[in-house]
Amino acid sequence: MATKASRSAARLMMAPAVILLLGWMLVPLIMTLWFSFRTYLPLRGGDQGWTGFDNYVRFVSSSAFWPAVQTTLLIVLGVLVITVCLGILLAILLDQPMWGQGVVRILVIAPFFVMPTVSALVWKNMFMDPVNGLLAHLWRFFGAEPVSWLSDASLQSIIMIVSWQWLPFATLILLTAIQSLDSEQLEAAEMDGAPVLKRFFYIILPHLSRAITIVILIQTIFLLAIFAEIFVTTGGAFGTRTLSYLIFQRVLESQNVGLGSAGGVYAIILANIVAIFLMRIVGKNLDT
Amino acid sequence: MGQITLKQVTKSFGDVQVIPPLDLTIEDGEFTVFVGPSGCGKSTLLRLIAGLEDITTGHIEIDGKDATDVVPAKRGLAMVFQSYALYPHMSVRKNIAFPLKMAGMDKAEIDKRIANAASVLNLTDYLDRRPGQLSGGQRQRVAIGRAIVREPAAFLFDEPLSNLDAALRVGMRLEISELHERLKTTMIYVTHDQVEAMTMADKIVVLRAGHIEQVGSPLELYHKPRNEFVAGFIGSPKMNIFGGVEAQKYGGVKAGIRPEHIDVSMTEGTWKGKVGVAEHLGSDTFIHVHDTGLDDMITVRITGDISVRHGDTIYLTPQLDQMHKFDAQGLRIA
Amino acid sequence: MARAVSPRRKLINTGLAWAIGLLIFFPILWTILTSFKTEAQAIASPPLFLGFDWTLENYGVVMERSDYGRFLMNSIIIAGGSTILGLIVAVPAAWSMAFVPSRRTKDILLWMLSTKMLPAVGVLYPIYLLFIQLGLLDSRAGLVIVMMLINLPIIVWMLYTYFREIPVEILEAARMDGATLKEEVLYILTPMAVPGIASTMLLNFILAWNEAFWTLNLTAVDAAPLTAFIASYSSPEGLFFAKLSAASTMAIAPILILGWFSQKQLVRGLTFGAVK
Repeated sequence: MATKASRSAARLMMAPAVILLLGWMLVPLIMTLWFSFRTYLPLRGGDQGWTGFDNYVRFVSSSAFWPAVQTTLLIVLGVLVITVCLGILLAILLDQPMWGQGVVRILVIAPFFVMPTVSALVWKNMFMDPVNGLLAHLWRFFGAEPVSWLSDASLQSIIMIVSWQWLPFATLILLTAIQSLDSEQLEAAEMDGAPVLKRFFYIILPHLSRAITIVILIQTIFLLAIFAEIFVTTGGAFGTRTLSYLIFQRVLESQNVGLGSAGGVYAIILANIVAIFLMRIVGKNLDT
Repeated sequence: MGQITLKQVTKSFGDVQVIPPLDLTIEDGEFTVFVGPSGCGKSTLLRLIAGLEDITTGHIEIDGKDATDVVPAKRGLAMVFQSYALYPHMSVRKNIAFPLKMAGMDKAEIDKRIANAASVLNLTDYLDRRPGQLSGGQRQRVAIGRAIVREPAAFLFDEPLSNLDAALRVGMRLEISELHERLKTTMIYVTHDQVEAMTMADKIVVLRAGHIEQVGSPLELYHKPRNEFVAGFIGSPKMNIFGGVEAQKYGGVKAGIRPEHIDVSMTEGTWKGKVGVAEHLGSDTFIHVHDTGLDDMITVRITGDISVRHGDTIYLTPQLDQMHKFDAQGLRIA
Repeated sequence: MARAVSPRRKLINTGLAWAIGLLIFFPILWTILTSFKTEAQAIASPPLFLGFDWTLENYGVVMERSDYGRFLMNSIIIAGGSTILGLIVAVPAAWSMAFVPSRRTKDILLWMLSTKMLPAVGVLYPIYLLFIQLGLLDSRAGLVIVMMLINLPIIVWMLYTYFREIPVEILEAARMDGATLKEEVLYILTPMAVPGIASTMLLNFILAWNEAFWTLNLTAVDAAPLTAFIASYSSPEGLFFAKLSAASTMAIAPILILGWFSQKQLVRGLTFGAVK
């Protein structure tokens, strides 16, 4: 509710942000679409004209495509399961009365502030190195043979590293949600004789459902685009090539822009499917 | 100076017309109260006058000059909001100084006016506090202070007392009335509380669904309500309104009698009924009487105390010269 | 939710929480510790925890070899510049959405957020080409613009949620008090929104600081920030644990400290106000 004058001023104030984002979205998007229909090899003859849907067909039929999709989904799902489950447990624990709650929270949140290149390198070299890594020492201490993490258990290792980065985010949001739970509700359930596990499943978990959805959706967006962790650790080798990374290789390493762009369009479609779900949920929360 | 005239003003939100064409003149120096049930459009009307909402059609004139398209800042009106709307990051002094600073007034004059307003409103000791450190009543005073330092053409109050507790509300009511006596500035005051309207107003505007039901002095509204709605809205406890054969006896489709205009007897009277709940206020007693043969329960107000018990038989006699009669459209029959 | 519990239970909670907290924090702690060891001590078997000769030598070597100062400067300029530029564009937009909402406001907000979901890799080459054309490749200005654009939706969103918590009546009061639009934003809105703006700034500074797709792909030498500085340690220098640790510590320390100080505000911003 406002006056005409303020409404036109408002439109004017919104314009720069809208125009910038519109440009940022449309210009590269149209270029990507354009390239995806052309044979475009910047180092081998440049733009060689229209090819129709060839790039799309080639991208999907390449032997790397389905493994890449599978890898992408495995990483996203693996990280989601780990961060959400551990996040819930950790959030419940952190909500309990204890000494030094603030300090513990700072410790738990810290990985979120570590840049992906650093965490990937530190994990790769100082922990997962099969000779000098800390995990190798630990394995040897227990008399086991050290594992070559990033080559023998590459996918699991990446999932582990990424989970470590995202666990703080999940924990913090879930903790905030738990703290908003009306303690009278829990006390009422306690008076009604509900044991601890029942209280968790019938009261705490439903209360967290919205927060869990938000964690899942926001993380999915970021996890689909995961890059530095793979770039720095395996470079896409040992079955860790995600869809994003495959496209990156097609465009920058093999300099096949047409093919890479077709892959990009697939990635955009995939992201949009996820985005639609996210929009629905966030949109609903806007109303309240 | 502060005469405000509304000419054929309407307001629509989308397709919904919340104010149908409306004409109203508020004279200079008058204390006008807009009263009506919630959702009647009284706050919208005030915001139209303030300029916080655009009117859809029609004109608003302030002191004879067309102000329809003038921005709020330039209308020379001051407003006190329901939530007080104090600036939380400024001290009381800065809050009160804000409109003067916006007007580009020099520092000495600002200080003089603040000192003046603070002494009038008993705020001198609080000038350097933040609004968050004040009680509800003090915040209210700061909001009023911020309004009076500007010496506006008119004050607009949007349900200013509704966030205060009962005792404070009575006190602030008196303070605002006194302020009006002293300043003699036009005041427009929106409330849903008919007691506030009756006690403070020179002129009451009763609104329902955007329509003006009646404009008049408090006593006019009390004695000569133009229709059934106004009759029921003004006065506390509410007027007893009944229809049917009983009403026809008094010459209307419906008839109404205020609780204070009914005589009570334990032995004889026009209507015989049974005592329900009796509310003893000390100074007055409200008796709710059932089974009188009228449509509804009848409320009676008796000065002083009377000892009646639940279920007692009681006789009621309306004072005939105080009987209000309404026709089939609910309009008053003179 | 401070319910009374027995001291024993509280003790167990405390022990468990601290153990898990330290476990999660351990990689960072280990990195910091290792940065003060000599290379030989860093790979000693069994690993040395505290019983080593503390040395600052690694920091010296890292500084000397790779011009840490320039990378740090680039990070600060890119993260800071994009945040400030983003705020300049976002504050008016968020203001108008929060206080003069129209029927399309919600759609515009959702659309803005959806641009955030455009997979970067899908548009990498076009941006790369445009950057070459415009001479922005490996320039700080180019990265400031890109960082601003990718974070703009988040800035607008966060500001919008904060602005919506400011009562409209206060702005109306300012308007009645004779404030112009400019004065209203300057004297009333901005001071009241300072906490919200501050936490928005922080989160975006952190996001831009840690961003490692565009910074790696659009820079080479001149504009490379700390993400690239660290990536250059991937091999073979990565095998020199102590130096890697020193470089890592230098790259994350500023943000770690900044983040810890502002964690409460960050949580609120991160949830887009959807979780209270």
